[in-house]
Amino acid sequence: MSTSSATAAVAAGTGTGSTGSTGTSTGTSTTTSTTTSTGPRAPGSRPADDAALRLTGVTHAFTPGAAPVLDGVDLTVRPGEFVCLLGASGCGKSTLLQLVAGLETPTAGRVEVPAGRPSLMFQDSALLPWLTASANVELALRARKVPRAERRTRAAELLERVNLGGQGAKRVHELSGGMRQRVALARALAQDSPVLLMDEPFAALDAITRDVLHEELTRVWAEQRLAVVFVTHNVREAVRLGQRVLLMSSRPGRIIREWAVDLPQPRRIESPGVAQLAVEITEHLRGEISRHGR
Amino acid sequence: MAAEAQVRSSGDRTEDHTGDRTGTRALEAGLDALETAAPRAPGARATARSLLPPVVVLLGLLAVWQVAVSLELKPRYILPAPTEVAGTVAELVTTGRVWDILWTSVSRGVLGFVVAVLVGTVLGIVLSRSRLLRAGFGPLISGLQSLPSVAWVPAAIIWFGLTDDAIYAVILLGAVPSVINGLLSGLDQVPPLFDKVGRVLGLSAPDRVRHVLLPAALPGYLAGLKQGWAFSWRSLMAAELIAASPQLGIGLGQYLDQARQLHQMDGVFVGILLILLVGVAVDLLVFSPLERRVLHQRGLTGTKG
Repeated sequence: MSTSSATAAVAAGTGTGSTGSTGTSTGTSTTTSTTTSTGPRAPGSRPADDAALRLTGVTHAFTPGAAPVLDGVDLTVRPGEFVCLLGASGCGKSTLLQLVAGLETPTAGRVEVPAGRPSLMFQDSALLPWLTASANVELALRARKVPRAERRTRAAELLERVNLGGQGAKRVHELSGGMRQRVALARALAQDSPVLLMDEPFAALDAITRDVLHEELTRVWAEQRLAVVFVTHNVREAVRLGQRVLLMSSRPGRIIREWAVDLPQPRRIESPGVAQLAVEITEHLRGEISRHGR
Repeated sequence: MAAEAQVRSSGDRTEDHTGDRTGTRALEAGLDALETAAPRAPGARATARSLLPPVVVLLGLLAVWQVAVSLELKPRYILPAPTEVAGTVAELVTTGRVWDILWTSVSRGVLGFVVAVLVGTVLGIVLSRSRLLRAGFGPLISGLQSLPSVAWVPAAIIWFGLTDDAIYAVILLGAVPSVINGLLSGLDQVPPLFDKVGRVLGLSAPDRVRHVLLPAALPGYLAGLKQGWAFSWRSLMAAELIAASPQLGIGLGQYLDQARQLHQMDGVFVGILLILLVGVAVDLLVFSPLERRVLHQRGLTGTKG
């Protein structure tokens, strides 16, 4: 009873926990001293015109009357910003992406994506198995009404961008897991949206393939100036990639904490700075998960 | 404070990432090469190996048949010799009569099947769209699938008389449920993720049906078509065997029935063989290649296919 009211206070932005965490992160090394726990932000604190996407008081329940999966989530992502969303299973992070992608409508609250339909990558590459790599990318171009004559060459360019030049004629089953996710990335880029949503896209890949895809993704992100919302349950991955890491609580899902990651790029998942911040964030994640066992 | 720091870091991030690009690319190319299996080409030997066993079995059966005839286990009018049957076939072929018979039956079967596919597909799409209709008609259609279509023949003859219409009615009643069920199970097996992809990409509803839903349902649909053809052919034979009349012409079923009435056992054998042959030929020449292509495209078969 008392525990739940305390969490609610933190979620509302009035908690005092944020100062404590800043204390633990500063002074340990030079890299982490720039890492600031800013704590939860008050909704609407950013200027209205500077948002790639904005969630205001978003609450969502799958069945009316049931306990909400998401409860009063406020989130603003600026254009070109890389935000990682972290949380245990069942915290509603995937649901949040589905809401932003327009696959679900929130029970309450507002979801705004000024640039229109965002692109979305799933954990499964979700490529259509009866199409070639190129045709999968072309389908996205077709949806955007790109003239047929242009599609083939545009798809080839996009595949080249994810280092799959000349592989367009391959069928999905002829590609490795990492290659499939790169085709999926090329397909997402084909949508030409300034907002890219990613739902644990590398969770099923082996470590080295994931490293490579991290590099590929950060490069593409930098080149295209995309706003990325990256959902993961891997803390190091979140710190490796994100400029901001948001921690979500489970049942109901709320954004309870936020870290600005100001580590220099290029980062690696094994960089000391990444590891250090990951330790701190993991502590909070573990705390949040343990809460449910009590 | 923190926000300003982020802006600064995002300002110079482009330069940060171009440096190690060649390294990433080399690593990526290495992974790609290691993780993609070299394509294995199914050789002529594989084809020969899959063809050999049935041929051996067939020759074996012929040998057993010949031995049984040589031992005179049964009188000739009950068990004709393979040579007699072959002679009857040769006679049918040289007189050209075989083509008339085959054409009468195959053209009926194909036309009936095509109509069954059209009707079944439309009904299948309608049923897949409405949960209520499907709940109501689903069990009935599954039940009809297991009803031997020969049971429809008396009803069809009473409704339509001894006409082609009666025969087509039997084919439709036999084949349509299979086509409907094939399409429905094909649609059921479409992963919901694919429809999400279509929506994320921003495809319009008709485009999602055309480019995502229908191709995704194709393997199940094809299995339904294959079964639909088998049911069409069986229904047609049942109808032809029972409904004999001069204005219906001589199809395989009527040929078979005539031979029975005349006690020409070699003719009966030829009739059975030809019916079997057509069924196998259509499966081998039409459905198997189609199915193999569709499954191969999706990586759903080994290299055996």
